[in-house]
Amino acid sequence: MKTRFVETLKNYGIILAFFLICLVLAILSPVFLTLNNIINIIRQTSIYGIMAVGMTFVILTGGIDLSVGSVLAVSGAICAGMLKAGSPIILVILVTLGVGVACGLATGLFVTKARITPFVVTLGMMSIARGLALIYTKGYPISGFSQSFRQIGGGYLAGIPIPIILFLVIVIIAYVILTQTKLGRYTYAIGGNEETVRLSGINSDFYKTLVYVISGFTAAFSALILTSRLNSAEPVAGNGYELDVIAAVVIGGASLNGGRGSVWGTFIGALLIGVINNGMNLLGISPYFQQVVKGLIIIGAVWLDQLRGKEE
Amino acid sequence: MEETLLLMKGISKSFPGVQALKSVDFDLRKGEVHALVGENGAGKSTLMKVLSGLYRADEGEIWLKGKKLTSRGIKAMIDAGVSIIYQELNLMRHLSVAENIFIGREPMRPGGLIDWSRMYADVRKLLEPFNVDLNPKTKIYMLSPAYQQVVEIAKALSLKSEILVMDEPTAPLTGNEVGKLFEIIRNLKNSGVSIIYISHRLEEIPQVADRVSILRDGEKILTRPLAELTTSEIIKHMVGRTLTEQYPKVPIPLGKEVLRVESLAKRGYCSDVSFGVKSGEIVGFTGLVGAGRTEIMQTIYGRLKKDAGRVYIEGREAHIRNTRDAVRKGIGLIPEERKRQGLVLGLSVLDNAALTILDRESLLGFLKQKKLKGLVGRMVEVMEIKTPAVRQLVKYLSGGNQQKVILAKWFLRNCKVYIFDEPTRGIDVGAKVEIYRLMQDLAKEGAGIIMVSSELPEVLNMSDRIEVVFGGRIVKEFRREEADSEKVMEYALGLHESESPQKLQGVGAES
Repeated sequence: MKTRFVETLKNYGIILAFFLICLVLAILSPVFLTLNNIINIIRQTSIYGIMAVGMTFVILTGGIDLSVGSVLAVSGAICAGMLKAGSPIILVILVTLGVGVACGLATGLFVTKARITPFVVTLGMMSIARGLALIYTKGYPISGFSQSFRQIGGGYLAGIPIPIILFLVIVIIAYVILTQTKLGRYTYAIGGNEETVRLSGINSDFYKTLVYVISGFTAAFSALILTSRLNSAEPVAGNGYELDVIAAVVIGGASLNGGRGSVWGTFIGALLIGVINNGMNLLGISPYFQQVVKGLIIIGAVWLDQLRGKEE
Repeated sequence: MEETLLLMKGISKSFPGVQALKSVDFDLRKGEVHALVGENGAGKSTLMKVLSGLYRADEGEIWLKGKKLTSRGIKAMIDAGVSIIYQELNLMRHLSVAENIFIGREPMRPGGLIDWSRMYADVRKLLEPFNVDLNPKTKIYMLSPAYQQVVEIAKALSLKSEILVMDEPTAPLTGNEVGKLFEIIRNLKNSGVSIIYISHRLEEIPQVADRVSILRDGEKILTRPLAELTTSEIIKHMVGRTLTEQYPKVPIPLGKEVLRVESLAKRGYCSDVSFGVKSGEIVGFTGLVGAGRTEIMQTIYGRLKKDAGRVYIEGREAHIRNTRDAVRKGIGLIPEERKRQGLVLGLSVLDNAALTILDRESLLGFLKQKKLKGLVGRMVEVMEIKTPAVRQLVKYLSGGNQQKVILAKWFLRNCKVYIFDEPTRGIDVGAKVEIYRLMQDLAKEGAGIIMVSSELPEVLNMSDRIEVVFGGRIVKEFRREEADSEKVMEYALGLHESESPQKLQGVGAES
């Protein structure tokens, strides 16, 4: 009976933690449970939540992508620049996503062909993409876009903010990919044992490259929403996002060793981070202190994961 | 000379499913070189791991200089003066000779700084008797394997070891270096150090050893002075076993050639490998651990990039650049290391078994889940894989059932050629027989089978043809009826090779 309880706690502990934190915040702050605040939380969560979905693929293969914040900045900057130059919105969207895909492709090729560890490659890409964003914008924000573009981040559909709808759609697509497709099976299998996958006659390098492309894509997707919502693209946008993004995936139960995790876990993990961020703001906790808390959360999440691994 | 230094009495050790040592007695006299020989898996390494304190024996006693040892951890054995030099040298490649020898025991100056000049002087003194030109400041990676071995030996001596265990010390050495090593061994012996010498190279043993002990299937067969035994007698004792296993070999009519390999070569691994496999045929590949059998298979399979040679499938040349090409051309590889190469332990039976057919059974990337489940489910039934459900994670299955999951993965793929690398290693006898049966079912359906194995009885009883590998080459081909274990062993040991074997990289350690 006791082991059963522990088992349940391990599997659903995150949901429990989520409701517990919500409960505490609801008691401490009268604003927390208002509809406005809840929508606000989810809307803010959607930006890095989408990136966390891409990161889930990477982490499932046993990799990591530290470059997501910088990729967001460079794709956002190019997006803004093109809008200012008067390019049609569809073209802007495609090119923006293309920038993210290109960054992910470069990362993936370095990881698979040059056989450099993902940590190092994406650390490099983090600096490269940030640098490119600064070069392109010359260090200044690019602001002021058309009403129609601003709909992406600020609009509503049937009363629901569009970023939330996009977030949910991406979560569902990722869920289908991970559970129903070849790519999904290979993603889990590569994280579980890449050598086995290769000896089974599967081009594991191709699929490993693909997960970085997906991560780049979701970073650029978030860039579209953020740029539209802020009506501005800043070269320093997304700075430090990788922390929230990786924390969301790990809190969601994914193992940094790969092979274990789910997109729903990531979804809850992202919401949890969103709630914590929001709660600390409501309670007037200083942003400096918030940084410390977030750092502790990510270490705690990985520690929990290792305890879980040890029991097996 | 007759003083007994070490006495191991009635040592038994078992692992799940295997009795690795059965009441083994072993003794070592002061100043003697005592050779320990036996086939792969005979128990040599296990016995030495018991001696080193790495394993704890289930039964038995160890006596040192007439005193019974009570504590037996690794540290205790080192303190007692036992040093083991493993096949894979345990040196830190980017540190110097002196740093390696004195790691953790560096001479200190007052104030906690390392006294380098004393350390170098100590090392020079230590190396003197070896009569070698070796600078204590040289980094290990710059040294040849022979010199690295000298460093290991010097380290052992600096620990005041009186007993030295050398596991296949000549494996990485060339002819000249072997001579040099033997000279060092003789010097050590004269200075009173006792040596346990493990080697597969039977022809070298009489040059260094005084006595020999032969292990077979975890039992000690005999201990005798080398002068009383010929090499062929040693071989006979090594292989002559009581057959308890069953080999359900049935005659299968052979068809056309399905696989032909011509002059395959991979530098550092194998060279000039040519052979063929017919439909319905089982071709056994045998040889010692590290002879290059696995590497030959991995080169055929595209896991290692070949330098030269051609591979033909059903008479047509197959250009295999990677494993995907190999699988597409109809080759399946059941790898040597089940857990590391054959399975994704954290995934289910279904996901593992379906891994090879996901591309076939999907439409625009979407999996035909129902069909996959049906195919795997039927395979689980036919192969009698004992699992509560296809969704069960493979890590919870037994070794034999795990091996069957790997087989299921390849049977589903319907290959023309199956390469089995050590298919029954670590599997209990009952499951072994089932695996032989499944292997023959494939042959009956017209597939060609390659079976790489270190277990001679298995090779002799299950193969239609036997290829013996030594030094990365096929040195002898036997038809089933002309082979017997002694003849095969002679070739596997390289006794019919005039030149010394080609140096191999990636020589695997005996497990």
